[in-house]
Formats: sequence, C-alpha cells, structure tokens
Amino acid sequence: MPVYHPRPSSAALPPLTEARHTPVIEVSHLHFSYADGHKALHDITFSIHAGEKVALVGPNGAGKSTLMLHLNGILGGDDHVRVYDLPTIKANLPRIRALVGLVFQNPDDQLFSPTVLEDVAFGPLHMGLPEADVRQRVQAALAQVGMSAYAQRLSHHLSVGEKKRITIATVLSMQPELLALDEPSAGLDPRARRQLIELLRQLPQTMLISTHDLLMVGELCPRALIIDTGRLVADGNTAEILSDAQLLHSHGLELPHIPATLRFPGPVTVSGSS
Amino acid sequence: MFASPRSPLMLAMHIPDGFLSLGVALVFWALAMVIVSIATRRTQQDLADRQIPLMGVMAAFIFAAQMLNFPVAGGTSGHLLGGALAAMVLGPWGGILVMTAVIAVQALLFQDGGLLAMGANIINMGVVPALIGYGLYRSVAAAPPKLRAVGIGAAAWLSVEAAALLASLQLWLSGTVALAVVLPAMLGVHALIGVGEALITVAALAAIARIRPDLSGVAAVRGRGSRAWVWGGMLMSLGVVLLSPWASSHPDGLERVAADLGFLGNEQDAALHGLSGYTLPYFSNSGVATIGAGIIGIVVVAAVVSAFVFVLRRRYRTA
Amino acid sequence: MHVDPFDSYRAGNSLIHELDPRPKLLFTLAFIISTTLLPDGAWLSLALAFMTVLGISLIARLPLGYAIKRSLLALPFTLAALTVIFVVPGQPLLTMSIGPWTLRPTDAGLIRFASIVSRSLISVQMAILLTATTPFPDLLHAMRHIHVPRSLVAIISFMLRYLFVLVDEALRLLRARSARSAGERPTRGILWQAQIAGHMAGQLFVRSFERSDRIYDAMLARGYTGYLYTLHTHIIQRRDWLAAAGAVIILSVIQLAAHLP
Repeated sequence: MPVYHPRPSSAALPPLTEARHTPVIEVSHLHFSYADGHKALHDITFSIHAGEKVALVGPNGAGKSTLMLHLNGILGGDDHVRVYDLPTIKANLPRIRALVGLVFQNPDDQLFSPTVLEDVAFGPLHMGLPEADVRQRVQAALAQVGMSAYAQRLSHHLSVGEKKRITIATVLSMQPELLALDEPSAGLDPRARRQLIELLRQLPQTMLISTHDLLMVGELCPRALIIDTGRLVADGNTAEILSDAQLLHSHGLELPHIPATLRFPGPVTVSGSS
Repeated sequence: MFASPRSPLMLAMHIPDGFLSLGVALVFWALAMVIVSIATRRTQQDLADRQIPLMGVMAAFIFAAQMLNFPVAGGTSGHLLGGALAAMVLGPWGGILVMTAVIAVQALLFQDGGLLAMGANIINMGVVPALIGYGLYRSVAAAPPKLRAVGIGAAAWLSVEAAALLASLQLWLSGTVALAVVLPAMLGVHALIGVGEALITVAALAAIARIRPDLSGVAAVRGRGSRAWVWGGMLMSLGVVLLSPWASSHPDGLERVAADLGFLGNEQDAALHGLSGYTLPYFSNSGVATIGAGIIGIVVVAAVVSAFVFVLRRRYRTA
Repeated sequence: MHVDPFDSYRAGNSLIHELDPRPKLLFTLAFIISTTLLPDGAWLSLALAFMTVLGISLIARLPLGYAIKRSLLALPFTLAALTVIFVVPGQPLLTMSIGPWTLRPTDAGLIRFASIVSRSLISVQMAILLTATTPFPDLLHAMRHIHVPRSLVAIISFMLRYLFVLVDEALRLLRARSARSAGERPTRGILWQAQIAGHMAGQLFVRSFERSDRIYDAMLARGYTGYLYTLHTHIIQRRDWLAAAGAVIILSVIQLAAHLP
C-alpha cells in the first residue's frame, strides 16, 4: 500500500457554511446486528445540537461503543445516522470523519504512530491538507490539550493521562464539530481525571461522552442518554436522571455513594456548562 | 544493559555482518527482495487497507511471542522463532512479510543479525519456515486432531532445521566456517531448539482454535494460498530431511560437489582435500551427475510421500 | 524488566546526531560492504576502519567502549568461525591431539579467523553507532527515501509502536504464570510447560489480532483510506553533503590501504 507525502489537496474539504440550526448528529431508528447475529442496537433515536455536551451512560455491553462507531460511519453506513444532514454513506465519509472526532477508549489503539507529532498529524494529513497547514494544526491541537512540549516524544513513553490528552489532540487537529469520547476518564488517577474534566469543559466542541463516571457526567453534561441492551431508555436532564435512583439501578448504574460519616457539608452541585 | 529478549541460542540463527562474503550476501539479498516484494503485493491484495495495521501488529506479536519461553532442564529454556507459526496463522505471504519486519527490526535496533546479512536471514528465518510451515500445515489442516498436531509439530521442527541447514551452507560458501564441524553442530543444536518450537507452535494453534476458531479453522486455511505451497513445502521438507543427515555425516561430499560446480575458490577446494580422511565411492563421479542423482532421488521420495498424503486426505474427506 | 529498544538510541546533540538519517544509513551500509570486502590480513585497513568507528564515537560523544561492548553480541558466531583455523591450508603451527582427532592450526587459518572476527565486530560496531545516534522514527523515514518498499516501512513502524504494548502483555502473562507456580518446582513435565507457553502465545495472538481491528477502526476514524501520508521531516543540508564527501574519502582510503601493494 502506498505511503505518500502530502500532496496539495484537491480533496481538502471546504468548511461547512450551512445553517447551524440543523442538528450536529441526528440518529433515527437505528438498528444494528453484528455478523454473528448478536443484536447490538435496537431502534435508537436522538439528536444532538451544536454546543451541547451530552453523556451516554449504560452498563458494559449496552451498545455504547457500537453506537459511537456509527457516528462517523465505521459501522453502519446508511441514512439512519446523519451528520449535519449528511447521511453516513461512503461518499460522505471523508467529510463526516473530519466533522466527527472519535476518541477511542484505549489510547494505545488510537496512538498508532511512533511519535506524538506523527499521530496528531495523521488526521489532517489524511484530510489532504498541505504540510504547512498540517503543522500549524498540530501545534494548535497540542497547545489546546496543554501538550505542546510533547511533539517529538515517543507515544509509548507517555503516562496514561498524557496519552489520553494526546488522543484528544489527534482528533482536535482535524478541527471537528463533534467530539465523541468513549470512556475518557477510565483508568485515570484522580489528578489526571481532574485535568481531563477541565480540558473537556474548556473545549468548545459539541460532545457526546460515553462513560460510567456519573460524577463527571454531573459536572460536564447537562443532558444524558441512558442505553441498555441496545435500547435508548432515557434521554433528558442530567440532574433529573441522576436523582432517579430507581432508573439508575434498573440499568445497572449507581452514583458513587459517600458514607454519611464522611460526607462533606453542603449539597453535591451539579453544574451544567453551556 | 542490552535489552534484547532472546537467548544466545536464538542468536545463533541470526547471522551477523562479517560472516558472509559479499557475493553470498548479495545473492540472498536479491532473492529476499524479490520474494518480499511479492509478499507485499499479495498481502495487499488480500487485506487491502487493513494490511498495514494487521501485519504491523502481527510482527510485534511474533517479537513478543519469542519471549514466551518455558524452562527445560539445566537452566536452558524452550523458545519460539515463530516463522512457521506466522505462516500458519497468516498465510505464507503474510508470514514472510511479518518475519521480514521482525528480522529488520532485530537487525536495525538490536544488531541481532547483520544489515548486509539481512537478506540471508530473511530467507532462512522467514521464507523457508513459511514454505515448510505453511505447506505441511495446509496438507494436514483437515486431518483428525492428533495427526494434525503431529503434522504441525513436524513442520515447525523442520522449519528450524531447514533454517540451520541453510545458514550453515551460507557460512560455508562464504569460507568462514568448516562445514565438517559446523553443520553437525548447528543441526544438532537446532534439532533441540526445534523441539521447543514444535511444542509451542502446536499448543499455540490449539489455543487459537479454542479461543477464536474462525481464525484458524479449516475453512480459513483452505482460503489462503494455493496448492503450490503444499508441494513447495513438501519438497523443501524432503530436501532437508534427506540432505541434513547426509551432509552432516559426509560434509566432504558436499564440499566436493560445490567445488566441482565452481562455488568454491581454489583455497577452499584445497582445504577440503586436507580435511577429508575418507572418500565416498558414489561421489567419484562429476558433481553434476551427483546433483542429478540427488534430484531424482528427491523426486521419487516426494512422489511416494505425496501419494501417501493424498490418499490419507481422501480418507479424511470421505470419513 | 521493561523492554525498551530505544535504549539503543543515546539522545545527544552532536554533529553525528544531527546529520540527516539518509546519508547516515547509506554510509553505514557502504562501510559494512567495504569492511566485508577487505581481504584477510589487511591489518592496516582494519585498523583504519576501527579508527573510523572510534572517531565517530568521539564526535558523537559516546563512551569509547560503547560500541565495542555491544558488538560482543556477535560472539556466538565467532565460535563457528574458530573452525577455519584448522582447515585453511598453511604452515601448521602445532599439532594437538584430542581423543581421536588431530588438530593442526595453521598460520593462514589463524589469519583468516582473526580477519573474520575483526571484520564482523567492526561492521556490527558501525551499525550500533547508527542506531545509537539516530532515533528509530528517523531511520524509518530514511528507509522510505532509499526505496525500501513503503508499505514494509509502514508495517515496521506499526510493529515498533506495538512492540512495547505486546511485550508488556507477554511479560504480564509470564508474571501471572510465575505467580501461580510460586515456590513450586516445575513438577509437571516439559510437555506441560510447553503447553502453557504455547497457550500464552495463542492468547497473545488472538488479543493482537483483535487489537489490530481496533487500530484499523481508529485509522479509519481519522480519514485513512488506504494511502498513508507522512510529513517531510528531513531536509538535506550542506553539512550532510560534507559529511557524505568525508565518508567517501574515508572508505576510499580504507580500500586503497588494503589493495595497494
């Protein structure tokens, strides 16, 4: 398979200028079964508008990752999923993949180049941008996640927290409209988790965050979706959903419980961020 | 200190620079380049844009799997070289490509094996094991489990012996070793190493068949590569089986053949006369006649064995 | 133990470190070919070649013994080459009898042996200097430019990235095994031990295979369509040309010293 240096692009995509009132993502009646017959998604319908930060919660195996893979056409590939009104069909994929930045759960799967620079450059290079633009975007993306000094570092020398931030930079360099993050806080120590939450709070992109970390959901996402056994079972205000212990419990979720003797004074604040 | 995870015994297979003459090194480089570029093309046809991530991760897998040892008596341990296993799970071309990447990284990063000697190392540890490993594996893929395991083990063992044989011959053609001593030594040591290779390869394939039957099942194997691999592997194996004992017990015969064919300069030619304490009556003919006789012998045996295997396979299919 | 091949890269900012990787790779290959071509007993040339190794170590500010120590890796093969001492015809130096064998080391045999070992060690040392002064990603880039098949280079680059991940996984498997058999002598036979090692290899294969699927997805998600694009990271400068010219002179002198009467 050929390996190329960038060519000045005919394929570079003009920015979307159309009206912002169309949803960023619109999923309607999405079904999906794997080749072995396992039915992973069942009649999923929701949409996300520009500027929203939405949580996607549910137990393991509920279909969260499968749903995420539909958002930029890695799975599926029909008009049940639309990005800025573009159906996720093959012809639209280059544009859609630049619009939807998918951050995978395991950073080792996403950081596949030897150096940080090459990894962050991968997206923009494959969008067909000229080299100067690519370098400028890499700088900007690394600055956004606070990792500017890491460009020449080797990916395997990074800590988990650093890898997480770099994975976010690898999609920020594509300047996406939507960030879809799969379990972003999994495996992080408290400090790295705190830094990540602050980073996600600052980023202007529309977000869909798949997670088990309900405290992070409370801090970051005013809206939450619950998915269980492939079905969307709740879509609404995060504060309401998180206070419905019955609903959480019936879908294998629970808010971390701090014993009364250790509880801090004052209520747990649920701060929206839009 | 140096982080190479391989034992000295395994290093014995990676020829460093300085031990091959330029001529021998270049011939094998040329051969390797041709084969590897075909492998690159063929795997790309099969895997399309999945080629690079799959082959890259699989090369890392072989490298890591070479660290999975098991203790044998006396502080030594059994290891995997992986050439046969790679070809069995990825098909012959995939196996060659993956082993090429492994050998290149070992040479460039650890100086396990030379840069100029890399062509020979690729042929010895990548191409030959792929041919033997895959060829024999495919011919027993549909056999009942016990026979299948024996076939896989034999293939893995032979692939190591073949590599050792070829490496010895390359060194000797380069005039850097005395074949009479080195060939039996290399074959002897690697006969033991090969047992470890065989045991691990059989167990690894059994494990894969248990965890992900779709990756190693009969159907998956049938789909990969053509019948030519079976024949090529079979012939190569026979060559090793027949040549190794003969060459190690009568190395001067082999030297004579090579000298007659002009492979060796006068110096080595003279050397072997100083060394040989006995003569073989049926090698008093010209070298060409000897080679001819050898080829006829191999073809006859190959035909008998192939017929045998063919009949066996028939029976499994109808059974 | 943490396996880290980048151990072999010694970060630095010497002239050697900063040269373009392409001339460095080509020089290393040319040097090895030149050394291989030296006839037996060309001591002056071998000495010059060795001086070149030491000189480059000095300029690169590496410890002088660095390349020498690591080159001892080629020693197992020296054992094989020992045999030439007894088969190359020449003046017998002495006669030894060991059991049924009579060994007669010859002067020419000894010269051949010493030459083979020197040529090999010097070649290996130069390759060590290359990897010690060139980060592996740069070496990959150089390979791309000297027409190593590009997909092979890409495969090697992926291999390198996942080497660490998979080696760590392999080490975890080994640790788990020794944790289970803690303090126990391996009472079961070799067959059983091999079975376990093989099972680990099988497990590692399946995990690696599945990982490659996820990596492929991650590549697709960032716009991969089967063509791999890379940045231009190196530009040949004047000092690279000067270094290349110097290299040609050195190699010519070494060869002349060997072949002039």
